[in-house]
Amino acid sequence: MTTPLEAAEPAVAQAAGPGDDRSTGRGTLQYALSKAGGALFSIAMVIVGTFFLFRLLPGDPVRNLAQGRNMTPAQLDLERRRLGLDKPLIDQFFDFVGDTLRLDLGTSYEYKRPVLDLIGERLGPTLLLAGTGLVIAVSLGIWQGARAGWRHGSRFDRFSTGASLVLWSVPTFWLGLLLMMVFGVGIGPIPGLFPFRGIESVDAPDGFAYLLDVASHMVLPCLTLVAVVYAQYLLVMRSSLLEEVSQDYVTVARAKGLTDDDVRRRHAMPNALLPTVTLVFMRVGFVVGGAVTVETIYTWPGLGQLFYEAVRVPDFTLMQGTFMLITVAVILMNTLADVVYHVLDPRVRAA
Amino acid sequence: MTSVAATRRRLALSRFWADFRKHRAGMIGLGILVVAVVLALVAPLFISEDVTSVVRGTGEKWAPPSLSEPFGTDESGRSILLMVWWGSRTSLLIGFLAALLSIVIGLVVGVAAGHFRGWLGGALMRVTDWFLVLPSLVTALVLAAILGGSTFTIIMAIGITTWPSTARLIRAQTLSVEARPYIERSKALGAGHWHITTRHVLPNVAPLLLASTTLEVASAIVTESTLAFLGASANKTSWGTMLRGSYDYGAATQGAWWYILIPGLAILAVVMAFTLVGRALEAVLNPRLRRAA
Repeated sequence: MTTPLEAAEPAVAQAAGPGDDRSTGRGTLQYALSKAGGALFSIAMVIVGTFFLFRLLPGDPVRNLAQGRNMTPAQLDLERRRLGLDKPLIDQFFDFVGDTLRLDLGTSYEYKRPVLDLIGERLGPTLLLAGTGLVIAVSLGIWQGARAGWRHGSRFDRFSTGASLVLWSVPTFWLGLLLMMVFGVGIGPIPGLFPFRGIESVDAPDGFAYLLDVASHMVLPCLTLVAVVYAQYLLVMRSSLLEEVSQDYVTVARAKGLTDDDVRRRHAMPNALLPTVTLVFMRVGFVVGGAVTVETIYTWPGLGQLFYEAVRVPDFTLMQGTFMLITVAVILMNTLADVVYHVLDPRVRAA
Repeated sequence: MTSVAATRRRLALSRFWADFRKHRAGMIGLGILVVAVVLALVAPLFISEDVTSVVRGTGEKWAPPSLSEPFGTDESGRSILLMVWWGSRTSLLIGFLAALLSIVIGLVVGVAAGHFRGWLGGALMRVTDWFLVLPSLVTALVLAAILGGSTFTIIMAIGITTWPSTARLIRAQTLSVEARPYIERSKALGAGHWHITTRHVLPNVAPLLLASTTLEVASAIVTESTLAFLGASANKTSWGTMLRGSYDYGAATQGAWWYILIPGLAILAVVMAFTLVGRALEAVLNPRLRRAA
């Protein structure tokens, strides 16, 4: 939603392009090591960037952190010393880097608790929601995209492409609001079907019934997330299958007398799958953005909502910590995708 | 010499227009865009910022659509129709300017990275790749929160987080243009970096840039509304802030479907229009796609 549709395709082309000069004539291990080095560099840049970005804040950092609470000058001084803000900038920088590397992300002013603890608490719900959403979106997108690409120009294809273009243009949060209104609150004579606040009911039962309760709370957030992210998987799967349709091996497979379904499932799909699966990991940052929005709307107690609250308060220590964590996770996923793609696709390796 | 080039360009332009007109979806999109932009421009002739003032609501609170209020009213009796109309100015302005900023950064970095092959190009690509992996919405939110909410900072936040994909696209195109023999001829005749990039590379990447700008505006409008919804707004009425209001005042639980539906449909219509135009432009300008179609 935040990047043009077509940006997805160059990303794939770039990953698939055998001309990646960094990989020429080296082994997979060396490739992986160089990618890991690149990732470490990127992560280091994130830490450095975060430090300077959050020093750009206008005004006195202590007052910013205190969010305008009344404090005596002595209290301000004490606070400043406690946060190490009386030291020169270069010392502050090394303190910050050291703390971050030791995973000490500071203490949240809003919650009065270590940022890392807060993140740890919120990680589970996010992984549950984003993981479920991603699995559904990927399988649905690949299935529908493959069918649409195989019958290029058919009614199913036109419908799929049209629907994904619409879903692409819809802002995530608006779709969430609509779904909440229609299926959560209910409209006109239709009653609300699913809960739309939080992860569990106040009087949540124990045992198996608890799982059902959480599952019913997950329906609407999951649906919103899937609707928004699956369109891009569909379009990429469709276009990469389109490239396979005219290949010689497909003609050969047909000439062997295989059924249409077999040619598609056993021959064309595996080849078309790779760019799509890579894309899933490459564009994980996009899913993160979607998750922040969805968690905010449905007050899902995850990392995205924690980040949103930090922005809204604003609680800068918490914002800084969640921002770094999210960014580092995205960088790691990207690097992993790059290396796995390299291992899986002999065309890239041979280059 | 100049007049020959001018005639040729005029011819190319009319051929381009003739091609574009064949794309029905693209023409529909263009029509919607022209209407939307004209409406936004003439809005001050008919209404003023008063329509967004909470104390000057003209109708009942939470009034459903009726003859006097075609799209209903919000929590303080303001007309949704007039607010959407006035809000289009902020949404479109931020959309266009953020896309422009993003495209300009992307163009400069992309052409430079493609033109200077040495360490400079490598370093620029490293920076681009770094920006590319940053989760853009999260980064934009942080930027907006730190820089404070104003039209300018929202434009900066969107522009800074969305340029890398343009830069990659432009770099690829620059590389392919610079591999052509006439660049070599030009160099042999003594052309410098500035001459090659502005006289040869730029005209060749310009068509691509046009298509990518159109798509960029669409995504910038969506990003602006998302940022506004998540609380980082320019403190002016836009479609995003209206939807934020509908969420804050519980329009969904009030059953005020018009409050949620109308601003969202406005976003959807404009974004779809930009996307349709962008895709039509790509189809016209990219011969490879033209053959496939």
